[in-house]
Amino acid sequence: MDNQASVASIGIDQIKPLDQIMQQVAEHKGCGTSSEGGKASCGSSGGPEDMDPAIWEKVKNHPCYSEEAHHHFARMHVAVAPACNIQCNYCNRKYDCANESRPGVVSEKLTPEQAAKKVLAVASTIPQMTVLGIAGPGDPLANPEKTFKTFELIAATAPDIKLCVSTNGLALPEHVDRLSQYNIDHVTITINMVDPEIGQHIYPWIFYKNKRWKGIDAARILHEHQMRGLEMLTERGILCKVNSVMIPGINDKHLVEVNKAVKSRGAFLHNIMPLISAPEHGTVFGLNGQRGPTAQELKALQDSCEGEMNMMRHCRQCRADAVGLLGEDRSSEFTTEKIEAMEVNYDMEGRKAYQAAVEQERQATVAAKQAEMADLEAEFSDVKILIAVATKGHGRVNEHFGHAQEFQIYELSTSGSKFVGHRRVDLYCQGGYGEEDALPIVIRAINDCVAVFVAKIGGCPKADLQAAGIDPVDKYAHEFIEQSAVKYFKEYLGKIKSGEIVHAARGDADIRQGAYIAA
Amino acid sequence: MAFKIISSQCTACSACEPECPNNAIREKDGTFIIKPEKCTECLGYFDEPQCVAVCPVDDTCVIDNSFPRYVVAA
Repeated sequence: MDNQASVASIGIDQIKPLDQIMQQVAEHKGCGTSSEGGKASCGSSGGPEDMDPAIWEKVKNHPCYSEEAHHHFARMHVAVAPACNIQCNYCNRKYDCANESRPGVVSEKLTPEQAAKKVLAVASTIPQMTVLGIAGPGDPLANPEKTFKTFELIAATAPDIKLCVSTNGLALPEHVDRLSQYNIDHVTITINMVDPEIGQHIYPWIFYKNKRWKGIDAARILHEHQMRGLEMLTERGILCKVNSVMIPGINDKHLVEVNKAVKSRGAFLHNIMPLISAPEHGTVFGLNGQRGPTAQELKALQDSCEGEMNMMRHCRQCRADAVGLLGEDRSSEFTTEKIEAMEVNYDMEGRKAYQAAVEQERQATVAAKQAEMADLEAEFSDVKILIAVATKGHGRVNEHFGHAQEFQIYELSTSGSKFVGHRRVDLYCQGGYGEEDALPIVIRAINDCVAVFVAKIGGCPKADLQAAGIDPVDKYAHEFIEQSAVKYFKEYLGKIKSGEIVHAARGDADIRQGAYIAA
Repeated sequence: MAFKIISSQCTACSACEPECPNNAIREKDGTFIIKPEKCTECLGYFDEPQCVAVCPVDDTCVIDNSFPRYVVAA
């Protein structure tokens, strides 16, 4: 129960004055990045030297709020909130496929009681599951009774689990006080515009005050509620992340303005995600041929906003019923039917012990990287490269090339390694043999990378990768990702100096659309 | 006198249920249904039928022609 006390104690009265916190938040540079002075921050340091302890306490175990935590801690969503109060052109509520992973999609909806039971079952099976989110598949605040009932049940039975909610913001102002009453530490608002002229091309309608509003009026009302909601959260000391969907030609340039607007209202983290718009999803954007951004376009926009505030780059745009580490989905292990049959024993002490071990592991990861950095800092070079990493978590190179469902992308330069994103790929290999046409998909997804780090790789894909100019690296198998990356970069610089290789910029890469879980 | 929900179109999102001023909507067999004798087409309550206005799938809440249109009592 200690943990509950510590979570509960982060009340408004005990938090430092808001302006002080916001100042610290503003000064704190992005997760996983190094600021000008090369000083490490939340994504890369073992401790919160440059962050308010109250904020560090809230984010350190939260995979969606800390890049570093996402290697070690898991989250789950419960689909208790099917109703929505707005329509977005990138969403189609009729489409639901078990092999599909994206927001707005779930396999089964739950009652609050079923959800509470599921949370206990998952928390008992996956001790690193620290966060419960309600993210739909509609809008949680358009289903306030179901959402708050779920939070109430979970707070009573599993008080160490952090609660968070993701909303479009329309109903946020009327529910902010209730959110703070229920001890909800983290709220995510999806904000795609701060100009209704642009908003009318994203939102065909909203339902507000017993009326369907369309066009620019709808976008104006939504915008006003989003801004007011964000300000109200900030006033109450609730951490707020802003999600934005990058829609080329509609709001891509405008998202720089969105970034400034949300930063000035106290948002903690900004997550710019690529539009998912495959025609088979049946969304307006999917059907009218609206494309999503390329990997380079997305990274360029994220980079340009990074000077302003923390940017999140590890978002997996997961389903509203996802379970597990980001990048994996174990929801099929926890269907209602399976949960009914489970013996659930909620072992708070065991969870705490496990999480303490994870904390040590995380500190070891950081220490290893810092030691490796020591002689890199003397190097002067403007070379920057990207590498792809196959990992199952724990901050290590521990996945086989052929089993990877995604690759994590790190940017390496003389200021160290920086996580800049991830690329989904379908399972390249199932049952131990390579599928001939899957490899080109993987190569296109990591085409901008100089190397790919894997725990193991077969002879054929190795040769194909080399032919595509990507260095397959298996010598860091099961070692720490960032330490290995820095080591590799030092060798790379050495080879440039000796003339063994010539550094050249690589091309763009695909952001994979559609199915995430191979059928 | 009533609206009906085309069940093959209904996503069972439940958005309509709490909006109905007559409590005429409930879940049945995985989708939602409108009790025709309770439905007033929202006349006398709102400018537009609430189920139609909130439904995420177009042409799902439609007039049921097997009933005469609802008339507000004078």
